[in-house]
Amino acid sequence: MQVPASFDYRRAESVDDALALLERYGDGARVIAGGHSLLPMMKLRLARPEYLVDINDLTELDYLRLDGDRLRIGALTRHRKLLESEVVEHFFPIFTDAERVIADPPVRNRGTIGGSLCQADPSEDLSAVCSALAAEVVIRGRGGERVVPVHEFYRGPYETAVGVGEMLVEVRIPVRHRAGSAYEKVERKAGDWAVAAAGAALALAQDGRIEVAGIGLAAVGADAVHARAAEELLRGREPSEELFAEAGRRAGDDCEPVADNRGTAEYKRHLAAELTSRALRRAAARAAAGVEAGAGV
Amino acid sequence: MQVSINVNGTDYNAEVEPRHLLVRFLREDLRLTGTHWGCDTSNCGTCVVLLDGEPVKSCTVLAAMASGHSVRTVEGLEGPDGLDPVQQGFMEEHGLQCGFCTPGMMLTARALLDRNHDPSEEQIREAISGQLCRCTGYLNIVRAVRWAAEHQARAQTESPSQSETAGV
Ligand SMILES: Cc1cc2nc3c(=O)[nH]c(=O)nc-3n(C[C@H](O)[C@H](O)[C@H](O)COP(=O)(O)OP(=O)(O)OC[C@H]3O[C@@H](n4cnc5c(N)ncnc54)[C@H](O)[C@@H]3O)c2cc1C
Ligand code: FES
Ligand code: FES
Repeated sequence: MQVPASFDYRRAESVDDALALLERYGDGARVIAGGHSLLPMMKLRLARPEYLVDINDLTELDYLRLDGDRLRIGALTRHRKLLESEVVEHFFPIFTDAERVIADPPVRNRGTIGGSLCQADPSEDLSAVCSALAAEVVIRGRGGERVVPVHEFYRGPYETAVGVGEMLVEVRIPVRHRAGSAYEKVERKAGDWAVAAAGAALALAQDGRIEVAGIGLAAVGADAVHARAAEELLRGREPSEELFAEAGRRAGDDCEPVADNRGTAEYKRHLAAELTSRALRRAAARAAAGVEAGAGV
Repeated sequence: MQVSINVNGTDYNAEVEPRHLLVRFLREDLRLTGTHWGCDTSNCGTCVVLLDGEPVKSCTVLAAMASGHSVRTVEGLEGPDGLDPVQQGFMEEHGLQCGFCTPGMMLTARALLDRNHDPSEEQIREAISGQLCRCTGYLNIVRAVRWAAEHQARAQTESPSQSETAGV
């Protein structure tokens, strides 16, 4: 039987209350949201927080709001809500693609976007999704808020820009015109973590060229969550099969997968390349379909 | 710490350690051993219970986190009129062999049918996809949930006249 080490538990009543508790308990305190990454780690004693600050009562952090040219997602928004949202599917089908294959329904009933990003596990699907979409995250402390681009949020595996006494409160995603996005994942069995996965988000200029390109990879190394080299290749170019294949090769060359029981490094590199070009192809097709339907203009 | 959890309609107040897991609170403190406990790593789903009506893996929820909420376990499926249609469906369609996965499967089925009265085979398979069954090959579980959907619908169309008689 796996039992976490002892800790003190406090249930926050508001964001301010949570921040006060986090500040009071300092280094030894951890936020618990869905608990579906943290509790398994605590059961294995890979994490031993002295204080848990439970934020599950903070319904003020559970929202999806379209606000001008961005979507605002509260940190406590559960996987299930993201999966079932029509607004999310319309503007960011990459989220819906990914949520369909993240864990399983009972896990999705608990796990949150804030917990997924703060866990900063390079295998986390939503990290790759938010990276492809060039999201921004809002970090709040007692002194106020700061907005951090998601590409600067990760400081390494299991490390983020969230400091002691702070928490993540919101994720912001820019809504773009003539845009399309998609997520491709290979898993060993339903609901498993990725062997490798790739997300792509494209926005086209008036003349059909690629104006904005985002690519995020999962499970092929912490530095590959943001596939910069592949993104650079795409900008300003005309979408084509050859271009997407080349971008895939770059993504594959640039990542640093490690061999484990899910596959060899070589296999994962192959997947990163192939899944990147597949995601790009589908993202481009969705952008084109949106333009045709007049929705993306 | 003090927790207060409503389980199958009854409020239970108890003193627990913060690290106490919901599955152990149910099985050891309340002696509701219908909730099974398997992998302990949130993978097998045999520990699924309904938390405020939705399936969760109780090996990955602290009892403290469930305080102030309502939990439904397999012991709470049977109603005053007898077995839940889901339980009958598992009986009629041979939806279990060893029975280890069955409590979690039935609760997930109950939650699905509460939201969707007529789920397709695909929707049923998706709903139970976080739960492993080593015996049945899932086919009879799917049939059992379909059985429950069909008989529940029939019972509901028949029930207005029943309640009239009850009122007399
Ligand atoms: C069986 C299983 C399968 C899974 N499969 C997948 C999968 O295929 N793909 C995938 O991407 N994920 C998968 N997951 C992980 C799942 O998505 C988790 O729910 C998610 O990673 C963490 O979300 P959480 O809300 O449960 O976070 P928690 O476990 O509560 O927290 C995780 C970390 O983030 C911190 N934290 C949480 N919220 C905040 C906040 N607002 N501010 C600051 N810090 C915060 C916590 O202190 C902790 O360090 C799986 C999990 C399980 C149990
Ligand atoms: S015991 Fe909870 S998922 Fe296996
Ligand atoms: S009936 Fe034996 S595990 Fe499902």
